[in-house]
Amino acid sequence: MFLINCPFCGEREQSEFKAGGEAHIERPKQPTELSDDEWAEFLFMRKNIKGVQFERWNHAHGCRKWFNIARDTSNDQIKTVYKMGEKPPVE
Amino acid sequence: MSKNLRFKSSKLVDETYRVSFKFNDKTYYGYKGDTLASALLANDVHLVGRSFKYHRPRGIMTAGSEEPNAIIQLHDNTSRTEPNVRATEIEIYEGLVASSQNCWPSVNFDIGGINNILSPILPAGFYYKTFMWPKSFWEKYEYFIRKSAGLGKSPKEADPDIYEHKYIHCDVLIIGAGLSGIMAAKMSAKNGLKTLLVDEKSFLGGSTIYDNSEFSKINNQITSSWLEKEINEISKLENLEIKTRTSVAAFHGYNFLLARENLTDHLPINQRENKIRHRLLKIRAKKVISATGAIERPLIFDNNDRPGILLSSAIKKYIDLYGIACGENNILFTNNDTAYETAMSLVQRGIKINAIIDNREEIESKLSYELEKNNIRIFKGYTVVDTYGYKRINGLSIMQLSKDGQKVIGKKIKLSCDSLGVSGGWTPAVHLFTQSGGKLKFREDDQVFIPNKYPSDQLSIGSCNGDLSLEDITTNTVLSVKKFLNINKTDYKTFEIITGINKSKRNIWLLPSDKILGKTKSFVDYQNDATAKDIKLALREGFRSIEHVKRYTTTGMGTDQGKLGNMHALGIISETAGTKIGEHGTTTFRPPYTPLTFGTIVGRNVGEFFDIIRRTPIHDWHVANNAKFENVGQWKRAWYYPKENENMHQAVQRESKAARDYAGILDASTLGKIDIQGTDASEFLNRVYTNAWSKLAIGKCRYGLMLNEDGMVYDDGVTTRLDENHYIMTTTTGGAANVLGKLEDYLQTEWPELDVYLSSVTDHYATISVCGPHSKKIVSKVIPDLDFSDEKFPHMSFKNTKIGQIKCRVMRISFTGEQSYEINIQSNYGKSVWEKCMEEGKDFNITPYGTETMHLLRAEKGFIIVGQDTDATMTPIDLQMDWIVSKKKYDFIGKRSLYRSDTIKDDRKQLVGLLTENPKEVLEEGAQIVADITKSPIEMLGHVTSSYYSPNLNKSIALGVVKGGKKMLGQKLIIPMENKNINVTVAHPVFLDEEGERLNAKL
Amino acid sequence: MKNKYSIFSLIKNAFSYHENWEKAWKDPEPKKEYDAVIVGGGGHGLATAYYLAKKHNMKNIAVVEKGWIGGGNTGRNTTIIRSNYLWDASAGLYDHALKIWEGLSQELNYNVMFSQRGVMNLAHNLQDVRDLKRRTHANRLNGIDAVYLNTKEVKKFCPIINTSQDIRYPVLGGTLQRRAGTARHDAVAWGYARGADEMGVDIIQNCEVKGVKRNGDTVEGIETTKGFIKAKKIGVVAAGHSSVIANMAGLKLPLESKPLQALVSEPVKPIIDTVVMSNAVHAYVSQSDKGELVIGAGTDDYISYSQKGSHDIVEGTLNAILELYPIFSRMRMLRQWGGIVDICPDASPIISKTSIKGLYFNCGWGTGGFKATPGSGDLFAHTIANDEPHKLNAAFNLNRFVSGDLVDEHGAAAVAH
Repeated sequence: MFLINCPFCGEREQSEFKAGGEAHIERPKQPTELSDDEWAEFLFMRKNIKGVQFERWNHAHGCRKWFNIARDTSNDQIKTVYKMGEKPPVE
Repeated sequence: MSKNLRFKSSKLVDETYRVSFKFNDKTYYGYKGDTLASALLANDVHLVGRSFKYHRPRGIMTAGSEEPNAIIQLHDNTSRTEPNVRATEIEIYEGLVASSQNCWPSVNFDIGGINNILSPILPAGFYYKTFMWPKSFWEKYEYFIRKSAGLGKSPKEADPDIYEHKYIHCDVLIIGAGLSGIMAAKMSAKNGLKTLLVDEKSFLGGSTIYDNSEFSKINNQITSSWLEKEINEISKLENLEIKTRTSVAAFHGYNFLLARENLTDHLPINQRENKIRHRLLKIRAKKVISATGAIERPLIFDNNDRPGILLSSAIKKYIDLYGIACGENNILFTNNDTAYETAMSLVQRGIKINAIIDNREEIESKLSYELEKNNIRIFKGYTVVDTYGYKRINGLSIMQLSKDGQKVIGKKIKLSCDSLGVSGGWTPAVHLFTQSGGKLKFREDDQVFIPNKYPSDQLSIGSCNGDLSLEDITTNTVLSVKKFLNINKTDYKTFEIITGINKSKRNIWLLPSDKILGKTKSFVDYQNDATAKDIKLALREGFRSIEHVKRYTTTGMGTDQGKLGNMHALGIISETAGTKIGEHGTTTFRPPYTPLTFGTIVGRNVGEFFDIIRRTPIHDWHVANNAKFENVGQWKRAWYYPKENENMHQAVQRESKAARDYAGILDASTLGKIDIQGTDASEFLNRVYTNAWSKLAIGKCRYGLMLNEDGMVYDDGVTTRLDENHYIMTTTTGGAANVLGKLEDYLQTEWPELDVYLSSVTDHYATISVCGPHSKKIVSKVIPDLDFSDEKFPHMSFKNTKIGQIKCRVMRISFTGEQSYEINIQSNYGKSVWEKCMEEGKDFNITPYGTETMHLLRAEKGFIIVGQDTDATMTPIDLQMDWIVSKKKYDFIGKRSLYRSDTIKDDRKQLVGLLTENPKEVLEEGAQIVADITKSPIEMLGHVTSSYYSPNLNKSIALGVVKGGKKMLGQKLIIPMENKNINVTVAHPVFLDEEGERLNAKL
Repeated sequence: MKNKYSIFSLIKNAFSYHENWEKAWKDPEPKKEYDAVIVGGGGHGLATAYYLAKKHNMKNIAVVEKGWIGGGNTGRNTTIIRSNYLWDASAGLYDHALKIWEGLSQELNYNVMFSQRGVMNLAHNLQDVRDLKRRTHANRLNGIDAVYLNTKEVKKFCPIINTSQDIRYPVLGGTLQRRAGTARHDAVAWGYARGADEMGVDIIQNCEVKGVKRNGDTVEGIETTKGFIKAKKIGVVAAGHSSVIANMAGLKLPLESKPLQALVSEPVKPIIDTVVMSNAVHAYVSQSDKGELVIGAGTDDYISYSQKGSHDIVEGTLNAILELYPIFSRMRMLRQWGGIVDICPDASPIISKTSIKGLYFNCGWGTGGFKATPGSGDLFAHTIANDEPHKLNAAFNLNRFVSGDLVDEHGAAAVAH
């Protein structure tokens, strides 16, 4: 039951949000050019990191906006929240 | 007549208010303020229950929520019955009925007691080693094992009580209103912080509130008096909310805690009507202070489980707080000074103490001198080696401990007693701290685990932090709370403390005996009957981790979750294995701290509140017209409308026929509706649907199929171009929310460059679909101003219009294959427009139909239902809907996946029509389809997805998916049922009006 | 030969006060090199080692476990065993396991308490009914015992279920697999460990893998907290931590690790004599031999390795439990816990070779791996020993995510219309 600081609404219960998995996996611009292997990599293969992961969240029961967070998946501590399109924090 | 062991009134017990209650069918009396345990003890009842495995007689051992033994069934055979209630927690009320558990025929004579005799062949883990022969017999053995296991009995009726949830947000939550908790609450609230103080007991002050000893003083006042003044002061503070009978059950991350506030369990049953029984507090605290105290440890020696053996602190509490003696001839057995405080309390009331047995050889405290002055025998350097008495302790024997404490020496001395108080020192109650993710450290001095690293903004104070003396508690509480709350000033200056005890302790986890260990029963977990020798056996067999030992011996797995014995288990493991405590793990304490009633967790979310019910604006009409309903997601949809004695089949046949021959009307309001606007709306639709949208003219409608990125059909529906940059999309009923979520996802994260805005408008419109050859006549009457001619208003187009003054949209789209109009109007007018359609349609036999008829009608036309005819493994190609997959578009969601090596195979499962050899025979939906039943194993080619008897075709029709079905037209296949095989022929999935002439039916 | 376990050995040992029982397994330090190392000492890993030794005569092998054996999902699940899966590939896999379960106690000489008390799956809407009937027909043709029950029959088989048609999501029917049931989870790990140990397998606890060493496309061994261990073949059976090991080897897997929670009530006398599962309202319940109601909750939707899920999930599950069993309202939750489950996009497992020679993965069991333990171990052992999958696990390869030939078990129950 962690709290997520929605960049648009402020701090809310995690249950208001929907998780969207690993962030920064860009949908290929030219899917037809990809091999089956490359397409599978985009479609299914995930880092599934134990540690600090950049991930997508959606404030589904709030503003409906998507944004990114950096969260330590080993203890659910959230490091930062940043908007879509922004680069992930270096640290 | 049983004895009365109540010696003196006390602050807590109201002797003017007598309460009668029943225990094992016998009536007893107690007073308001008593717990069931104190009231039973006052009546000299110690034997309360039987243990889990050996069915040994057990009594009251503690005076709190850590009680392992005295657990009873409340109100057996009533709707308010409750198993496994701790007698030490439940407050008595007039009419309380309690009975012993896990015994038959009675607690006094329990057949299961035979297990105690068989115990030599029932060591830890015995069931893993036997009951394996003969092979088929396990379930027979298991029947008896299950019968003898379990404790109380589950209720058999629904719960008459109500529960609720409450959210609380506070600056500081303080858990536990003992000495340190009260001090912390005062500091916090006086500094302007919104503070919540909770305690599981019905009174404040913890164990200090009944500490009336002359030997224990704060600032020259008896500690209980000092604390009483503090309590009086804080009860007036505005910032402070105090909740008693409130037990914190769980401490989750981010300072989210669950607490149960008990509101009626102490009231007579007839006063509970319409009251909330428990309130689950969902607390989000900025800061949490745990002041949860400590739990006294028992000592581990042979037969340490007899009724009459209690923790020494429990004996003190019963005498000081309830005015009850636990026996008339007491012995105390200790390894530290705690028992001497108990002894002083007994001495002050003139209750006999036969002896004090102390593991320590040297004892130096004011209390021990004082007791010796009172001629109390103290056996120094001794240990108890055995106890006597079956249903109540009547004596014990002691021997001297060797220097190293590993052996007993000398002669055995027998002593008589009817009550034995034991003290093995204290274990800080760190359960909530570890639940929150806190890490512990082990303090060698007194062998305790104390908080080390806090995972959130929290603090532990008082004895749960390892501050076990009055001096440490007072001084450290002030210091650490000041720092934690950033407080400069408090009312507390310095403390002048007088205490009768010193901290010395001689810790021996497993006390030696003159018998070999294998002959002893030294209980570590009282409830589950796990003994020291069981733990040693587990270690001998290679189980080393504490978690292994726990699971193998069931230590700590009872309803008390090992609050008394877990430390001893760890101690015995480390002693036996020669390792440091903690090296084999500390057990993890899992929520809840004390068991939490399911009803409390669920709160009001029962019955009709289990899940939201979504009803259409026309719902009441359906109800009034005898509709049966189907749950579709959270929606209630009219399923069919039976007349008089019709069954579903008859109703559906009638409705289907009417819709094709005359007119039908369907409430389609539940379909998802998404309003799409923006200059890139067309491009957006191009990307999300498989077909092309740019060229769709304003005012036209188009069917679209949406895929997942893995190429499988996800949703479908008709989308209408309302304007240049404005569309309205319809989705399936169940898929609406997911579709919107998915579209938002792509829009915001993959295609932020698109100028598109999405809004869900499902609930904003009622949708009424009128179909059938007379549909045009009916809607023309409902909307006389609109030109319904086929030229002006052809199939797959829409019109903005008005019904009276009310704007509405009319789409000419069809899911039945009939000429069909769909009126979309602001929800609150839905019902009156529906009624208007019914009125105007009366002459044309307009017939309301439900989802079942809708399914039948569309199946006649071979239209799919996503989720019924597809199952997330179907591509549009599999559905024989190649026509809807644009070859020209560069990309759309899922396109690339359609060209993977498996998805391009031409023998995938494909949608086909199926006709039975016997036209009257209707296939079962879900039935499997095969070609050859002689092969073994039988190869399944697919299954029947939709199947109906078509009254319009006078035959049975079905849709199904079949491997390579596209090429099987006309081929014979078999549907193998349990009792017969049904022959079918593969057919084209469009059974009716393949040319689509009915869409423009002219009558 | 170790002490054989039986009532006679118990009686015999009673005379020596049980002082002479042997270790169920030894606790050796790792050797420098093994023919094969299994990473992960849960039920699946220990079973893999057992069958490698027993059926493929590989004796120089080790199981390395970062904590204590059986301490992960093996000891955290709700112990449901069934094989009534829809797709042929799944049915083949899980029924293979079920058949081994039926003789496992005798094979291991360790009572795993496999109790065939039946598993009932409930239908709460019309599409559930279609899906369950479809599955029942498929099961029957696949030789798996399964019957469809109407509401009355459901009630008869488990009388405490609320089958009133007036509740929010009434029970419309159900399926029953009588051969299905539960087993004692810890015993499975311990029994396989004891069996493997007896054949010479080294079971090494408190040994965490820190790296996977490879030479080009061939695996060479693992770095552990107890030093480097050389191995020709490495089989990873690390459940929620599979991706962590994969990342060490430079691989990515189609997995997400999520918290899954379960809870037990206080123990009571027998009240429910079967396993009842409901997907639609999400409530699984059975009663352990000890008397506790064992209740499975769902997964959270975010990735986490914290072994903690959100309270909402537990609350939602108990809501459903009380909807179906109003008599349990006054029962009390004794203990809740979480595990980390590794979930594949198609909710089916991976028992497969990888692009690295000598490196094999057995993962992706999601929420239902316990039931497959013996079968999974057997087939994974076959795959490792022969460097080729058995025909029963051929479909569960990694390549299916490339070709699109998924074994979509949860997608088979889509809800729409």
